Amino acid sequence: MTDNSPEPNDLHLPANVAARRVTVDAAHWLADAQRLRDQGAGLLTLWGTDDRDRDGVFRVFAALLLPDRVVVLEHALAGGSTVYPALGHLFPVAERLQRAMYDLLGLRADAGDCRPWLRHGGWPESIFPLRRDVGATQNYAIHAKPYPFVPVSGDGVHEIAVGPVHAGTIEPGHFRFSVVGEKVLRLEERLGYAHKGIAKRFDRQPLQEGHRLAARICGDSTVAFSWAYCAALEAITGTELPRRAAALRALALERERIANHLGDLGSLGNDAGLAFGLVQFSRLKEQLVRLNHDAFGQRYLFDYLLPGGVVIDLGARMIRSMLEEAAMLEQAVPALRAIFDDHAGMQDRFRDAGLLSPELARAHGAIGLVGRASGIARDARIDLPWPPYDVLQPGRVLRSAGDVAARVQVRFDEIMDSLRLCQSLLQTLPEGPGLVPVPAAPPGRIGLGLIEGWRGPVLIALETAPDNRVRHCHAHDPSWQNWPLIEHAIIGNIVPDFPLINKSFNLAYSGHDG
Amino acid sequence: MFSILARIRRTGILSEPLPTPELRDAPLEGLQRELQSVFGRALRIRHVDAGSCNGCELEIHALSNPYYNLEGSGIAFVASPRHADVLLVTGPVSVNMEEALRRTYEAMPDPKWVLAVGDCSTCTGVFGVNYATRGRVADVIPVDAVVNGCPPTPTALLRGLLQLTGHAQPPVSPGAVPFDG
Repeated sequence: MTDNSPEPNDLHLPANVAARRVTVDAAHWLADAQRLRDQGAGLLTLWGTDDRDRDGVFRVFAALLLPDRVVVLEHALAGGSTVYPALGHLFPVAERLQRAMYDLLGLRADAGDCRPWLRHGGWPESIFPLRRDVGATQNYAIHAKPYPFVPVSGDGVHEIAVGPVHAGTIEPGHFRFSVVGEKVLRLEERLGYAHKGIAKRFDRQPLQEGHRLAARICGDSTVAFSWAYCAALEAITGTELPRRAAALRALALERERIANHLGDLGSLGNDAGLAFGLVQFSRLKEQLVRLNHDAFGQRYLFDYLLPGGVVIDLGARMIRSMLEEAAMLEQAVPALRAIFDDHAGMQDRFRDAGLLSPELARAHGAIGLVGRASGIARDARIDLPWPPYDVLQPGRVLRSAGDVAARVQVRFDEIMDSLRLCQSLLQTLPEGPGLVPVPAAPPGRIGLGLIEGWRGPVLIALETAPDNRVRHCHAHDPSWQNWPLIEHAIIGNIVPDFPLINKSFNLAYSGHDG
Repeated sequence: MFSILARIRRTGILSEPLPTPELRDAPLEGLQRELQSVFGRALRIRHVDAGSCNGCELEIHALSNPYYNLEGSGIAFVASPRHADVLLVTGPVSVNMEEALRRTYEAMPDPKWVLAVGDCSTCTGVFGVNYATRGRVADVIPVDAVVNGCPPTPTALLRGLLQLTGHAQPPVSPGAVPFDG
C-alpha cells in the first residue's frame, strides 16, 4: 500500500470520516502498521471476526488513526490459523486488546502478555464466546482462578487491593497498589467486571435496532456511541443525513460533553475537599439535564438518535430556552472557575498530581481529553470533521502540564467552547427534515462510525448480514488507550490522591469492558 | 472565601420536597411513620454496580445534588456493606460481578433490603442473558423492590426507596438470629 496510488487491495471504507480498508498478509500486517505509525498513526482498536462459516478463516482488523484519516488493516489468517502478529511493541494499547481478543475469539497474538483480560472464569478456558458455534444465550458455571498480579517485593512493600466494589457510586474495577508507607510504587489495574458480552448480543440484531444497544455501551457517552453506530449504518447504506438532523445530533453531543464536564468538575472539587464545588456544579448539571428532558423527552439522551436522524425535532421555544441556558452557563462557569483557580488548598491538590508528561502520553498513545491535557493536539471534530463539524469549527483545546490541574483546565476550556458551538447550532439550525428513511443494507458490507465523544474518539465497526441484520459489531471506547496511563500517572503519588487522579481521567469501565 | 459565601447566598436553597410514593395501600403518613419507627430517619444504602452501563449511576449521583438532597431526608450512601440497610443494585449482573454481588449481600447485617434499579436489573434490559450476563438481580440474590427505567429518574429512585418500607416487617435472611432486645 502506498498513500497516493491505491492498489487493488486498498479499498474505500464507508464511514463518516475519511477511511480506507487495506487487506494484507501477515508480513504486511506488521510492515504497514509500522509504516503508518511512522507517519503519525496511533492504533485505535483491534478486533477479530469468525468467518469460518463464509470462507473458512478467522480475520483480524486493526483500525489506525492518522491525523487526517482512518486506515483499517484487514488480515485473513491463512489455513485455519488462530495466530496473528502482535502489535504490542508498536502500540502499547494493543496488549490489552490482544488479550481481550483471545478471551472472546481464541485468536492469539504471537507475542506479549498472555493473561486473561475479560475472562475472569465466567466461561470455560476452552470456550471462545464470539465464535459462531457458541450459542447466543449459552451460560456457564463460574470457575474463577486467582489472577496473577505482578508482585513487587522489597523492604516494607505491601499491597492494597481495592474493588471491584468501591466505596462510592462508581463502576466496578480492581486496583492493586504496591506501596511503601503512603507512596505508590506500582499500580496494576484489573478490568472486565462490567463485561456484558455486547458484541455477542449485537450478532443477528436487526440493523435498524442496533442503535439502542450501542446507546448502552457506555451510559455517559450514549450520544457518542449511538451516533457512531448510526454513522456506520448510514455510510453502508449511502444514506445522506439531512443537515438539520446532523445539527441536532451535534447539539446533543455537545450537551453530553458539557454535562459530563460539569459533573466531573464538581466531583474533582469534592475529591479535593471543596464540597461547595460539588454542590454548584451538580446544580448546573441538573439544570442542564432537566432542560434535556423538556426538549428531548429524556434527561440523558439514550435513544435520541436513530438511523436516519433524530427522534424529536426542536421547537422555537426550546431553542430559546437553550440559548438562555447557554448565556447563564457562560456567566456561571467562569465565576466558578475563578473560585477554583483562586483556591490555594485546591490548587495545591491539583498541581503536579497524577502527572502524565507529554513524552509519556505520546509514547503510549494517549487520546481524547487526557491527551489534550498532555500536549496531544488531536480532536476528531477538527482533524477529520464530519457534518456538521465541517462548518462548525470547534476550537482546539490544548494544555501540556499533564497533571490534574491541566485536565481540569481542559474541561473548563471545552465547556466554554461547547457552549459557543451549541449557540451557533441553535442560531443557524438548518431547515429540513430531522429524520429520513434508511434503506436495507446489502450483506457483507463493513462501515465505520468515528465520533469525538467527551472522553475522546469512540468507534463502531459494523458488518452487515443478510436480512438487514448485524453480522458483527465492534465498539471501542478511548478508555482502552488511557487506562494504562493511570498506572504511570500514579507512580510516586500518595494513595489518598488516587481518587482525585482517577477522577481527573474519569475513564469508562462499562465502555471499556464491553 | 467571600466569593464562595456570596455564591452560596445567591444560589439559595434548591431542595425540593420528597415525591409522593405511588403505593396502593400505604398512605404517605403511614409510610413516614414506618420509616421513622424502623430507621429513625437513618436509612443507609450500599450501591453495587453489577455490570451497569453507568447510566443508572449518573441518576444515583443526581440524588445527592441540591435538588433531591437525599441526605437531607436522612438517607445516605455508605462505604461498607456492614453499615448498610439497603443494597441498591444496578446492571444485568455480569458473571464477572456475580461473586462480588453475593459477597456484598452476605456481608450486610440483618435486617436488610435489596432494591434493584434500572431495566437491566429488573428485566435484563437490552443485554439479555448470555455467556457474560446472568440477567435479573432477582436470579442471583433476593430482591425486595424494583425501580424500572433506562435509566430511572432520580424521582423514581426516591419513590423506590420509600416503597421499600412498604414491607410490614423487614425481611430477615433464612438462618439469621433475630435480635431480641
